[in-house]
Amino acid sequence: MQDFRYLYDVSTLSLNREACTGCGMCEIVCPHGVFKVDKKKAGVIDKNGCMECGACAKNCPAEAINVTPGVGCAAYIIQTWIIGKNGNSRGIAKCY
Amino acid sequence: MEDNCCSNNDKKEFFGSVSHLKPFASTPVMQNKKEEAACCGSPPGPEYSRFARPGYEICGFVEDFMDTAAGPVPKIRTQLSMADHAMSVSARFGIGRDSYGIAPGIYCTGTPAADSPVLVTANYKLTFDALRMELSSVDAWILVLDTRGINVWCAAGKSLFSTEEVVKRVKTSGLDKIVSHRELILPQLSATGVSAIDVKKRSGFKVVWGPIRANDIKTFIDAGMKADESMRRVTFTVSERLVLIPVELSFLVKPTFLILLGIFLLSGIGTEIFSLKDAWSRGVMAAFAYAAGIFSGAIVVPAILQWLPGKAFSVKGAVTGIIAAFFIVMTLKGVANTWELTALFLCTTAVSSYLGMNFTGSTPYTSPSGVEKEMRKAIPVQALAGFASIVLWIGAAFIR
Repeated sequence: MQDFRYLYDVSTLSLNREACTGCGMCEIVCPHGVFKVDKKKAGVIDKNGCMECGACAKNCPAEAINVTPGVGCAAYIIQTWIIGKNGNSRGIAKCY
Repeated sequence: MEDNCCSNNDKKEFFGSVSHLKPFASTPVMQNKKEEAACCGSPPGPEYSRFARPGYEICGFVEDFMDTAAGPVPKIRTQLSMADHAMSVSARFGIGRDSYGIAPGIYCTGTPAADSPVLVTANYKLTFDALRMELSSVDAWILVLDTRGINVWCAAGKSLFSTEEVVKRVKTSGLDKIVSHRELILPQLSATGVSAIDVKKRSGFKVVWGPIRANDIKTFIDAGMKADESMRRVTFTVSERLVLIPVELSFLVKPTFLILLGIFLLSGIGTEIFSLKDAWSRGVMAAFAYAAGIFSGAIVVPAILQWLPGKAFSVKGAVTGIIAAFFIVMTLKGVANTWELTALFLCTTAVSSYLGMNFTGSTPYTSPSGVEKEMRKAIPVQALAGFASIVLWIGAAFIR
């Protein structure tokens, strides 16, 4: 996916290395190779590759990862602007 | 009932093709009633399968049923029928796509035993087909979740392919009676919606993260449930992008009717207040510019995505849009004046940029923070270009 790079310095991803137990789950679930475990600690090696899918945070047993997950879809975001985020949680906004 | 139903075509496939039937006249019963039969049209279909139950229909992809401690489990075909292919194509064009699901629960391939692996998947038929195609010669249990007919990744993003649903489906399907182990293979992309730790806590089943793509599943199982790095990374190849174009276009059909109506109405405004002749002659030009914007934004951008300059999709769309707009201007140079040509140029570029930006929703790498950032900058520019285009287009009718 090195040919496909999106905007830099936008991801909300953060990793608390102190809390990390080095289990490696983030490295497994991330579809973009954002994490790498080295010496029993995960590190963010490609933050700009992060698409904020939230898989890592959802599966971190130490709750050491923070990210605001969401869908990177213009049509969906326009709908959240119009009907609000609550509308979306009720499934009104469509994401195809 | 609808969740046990498939199309009639599927049913026909299941009951065998017509050529396998005995010749109609040789059936003894029919011979006695020859006259009646002759006026009743085509020969009768085959007998109902022994698996038929009142009120249910057997799906075309089911070839048999296997008896298990949790009741009969449908054994599925690992080859797609013509009907499956036809339905896949129509779903890709947005036809029947919103109701393209199969009944959730346990299925199997080959002749699985109590120690065979359990693959968990979504109940979008395209997803299910992609998986079963890869399972010829694999003995496995397949636990299909109710993701409301949505693919794995999108369903995980919507919390439909969720911890909740995995736990619930494990319980309701009686999986613990069917298998002796306590392990589920989940597609990696479902990790957005499923917490492996919580599934273990609540169902007793351990989650093993399988590969992203179904075509790696065999290698993954053969390697002892190990995925190499390439299996863990999403890709966005030309063919993966091209299949998305028809559905992108299908979303444009409805708005396009309204836009064309608007184009013809605006094109008729002029010194005679409204001229039908102008509505047509100028309307065709504007419709042409709009179509060029669709072509460059919704077809060219996805097709040559990585070679287009810029990271923002609105920029990529604007680049292809400017090139398309240039062709429009060259083509219409003799028939439209400068004001009109400027309006058409802006129209094609704005439409293309907007549609290019919309393609973010179909990619596997755009982050919501990035899309929102790009939109806050791009939408005002697109709107301004669109507005200027309309003003110039109407104004031109008064100066020409």
